[in-house]
Amino acid sequence: MKLRKVSTAVVAVASLSLALSACGGESGGGKKSDKIVIGIKFDQPGMGLKTQDGKFTGFDVDVARYVAKELGYSEDKIEFKQAPSAERENLISNGDVKFVAGTYTINDKRKAKVDFAGPYFMAHQDLLVRKDDNSITKVEDLNSKKLCSVTGSTSAQNVKEKLAPKANLLQQGGYSECLNGLENKTVDALTTDGTILAGYAAQKEHQGKFKLVGLKMSDEPYGIGLKKGDKDLQSKINAALEKMQKDGSWKKAVDANLGPANYIADPAPAITEKG
Amino acid sequence: MFDFLSSGRYDLLGAFWVTVQLTFYSAIGSLIWGTLLAGMRVSPVPLLRAFGTAYVNLVRNTPLTIIIVASSLGLYQTLGIALGAGENFDDIGFRLAILGMVVYTGTFVCEALRSGINTVPVGQAEAARAMGLGFTQVLTLIILPQAFRSVVAPLANVLIALTKNTTVAAAIGVAEASLLMKEMLENETQALFAVFGVVAFGFIVLTLPTGLLLGWVAKRVAVKR
Repeated sequence: MKLRKVSTAVVAVASLSLALSACGGESGGGKKSDKIVIGIKFDQPGMGLKTQDGKFTGFDVDVARYVAKELGYSEDKIEFKQAPSAERENLISNGDVKFVAGTYTINDKRKAKVDFAGPYFMAHQDLLVRKDDNSITKVEDLNSKKLCSVTGSTSAQNVKEKLAPKANLLQQGGYSECLNGLENKTVDALTTDGTILAGYAAQKEHQGKFKLVGLKMSDEPYGIGLKKGDKDLQSKINAALEKMQKDGSWKKAVDANLGPANYIADPAPAITEKG
Repeated sequence: MFDFLSSGRYDLLGAFWVTVQLTFYSAIGSLIWGTLLAGMRVSPVPLLRAFGTAYVNLVRNTPLTIIIVASSLGLYQTLGIALGAGENFDDIGFRLAILGMVVYTGTFVCEALRSGINTVPVGQAEAARAMGLGFTQVLTLIILPQAFRSVVAPLANVLIALTKNTTVAAAIGVAEASLLMKEMLENETQALFAVFGVVAFGFIVLTLPTGLLLGWVAKRVAVKR
């Protein structure tokens, strides 16, 4: 009796899951055609941020929306998915997202696994210091300074290996922890891409406390990452990016998102990633 | 696939050496602090007993990440307590991480030890008291030596858990294995699974012999009753 009950239950569950998966496959296929999933950062004010009420803001988000519009998807057909730095390549190659626009620096190692469109923005590694601190004017000054960055990030490695090997480098889990240290004077400067720093400096709770030094310690050409070999999508996105620059939306998006932090952006870079 | 290992850019052995050091110092600290806590929990003084119970229940239910990050954000960045490590962030992080590990792991050592104390027959303590020994003497001469012998295996589990828990120290910038893994993942995303596999293998190399060795010791020293 008992065995029978169990076996019926097993059969029921199996058939149910079969039915569900079939169903999922169908609706998933249907969804694919009318929705687009885009990978962005959720935690970078000014570039890609999910606000507490569930909205998305930032320059990357504006670019993503513009490109999606050019690809034929209206605003309500866009689904944003969080794409943390280390997972971007896998999200793209697994097909979880159509493309990624999230402070995604184009480089050769990444190009081995994904293709890029763009670049659509030229960023540089920079420093954020307290408003009244004028003691850092060049990269070498960092050797006698206390510096903060995020654990394992490219910026942190740049400092350790190339820019200022003697700097006292504190690595924290997130930039917010670094800002806390900067405010309490346990660290003198915070380093990563200037765009991200500008976003933090422009946040309401930090306004007027910090400033960007304006050093160009590296070149970070941001591109849109997409599946390797999808030349069609690549040229479409490139066309969209070019149009965005021409019709003034690019400038408007830069001013709206990075303007409040007095970030001086490079002019729009020429598109180099072509098929 | 594994060419990132031969690039010479990543000091894998060095990173695991930091992991070993973190584990070593934290294990010693936890053993001492855990024994003290266990002593408090079985002591005849109500205040000590209450403190021991409250501390153990509070701390072991707090996520380790919170304890470690709080020691960096709270103790160092806000209060300026660097545990005598001067200005160097590497030293400060290392010491604060050990403090956090000891504070946390001590509770588990305490509970393992307390269960060991329960395996010692009551008659042993009664006989010792009848001979005129005080509480501290009963505990250190009669009870704890027998208790320790019966909890080698549980303590080995605590040690293995501690070894793996040291990865949390990456959150405050201690350059151990998981921080190096983060760096490698940032640069070598094309070899995601290889990087992960190498680090996972490193931890197996650290924990598996610990378990086997201490399992053997546990069998040898156990009190046969």
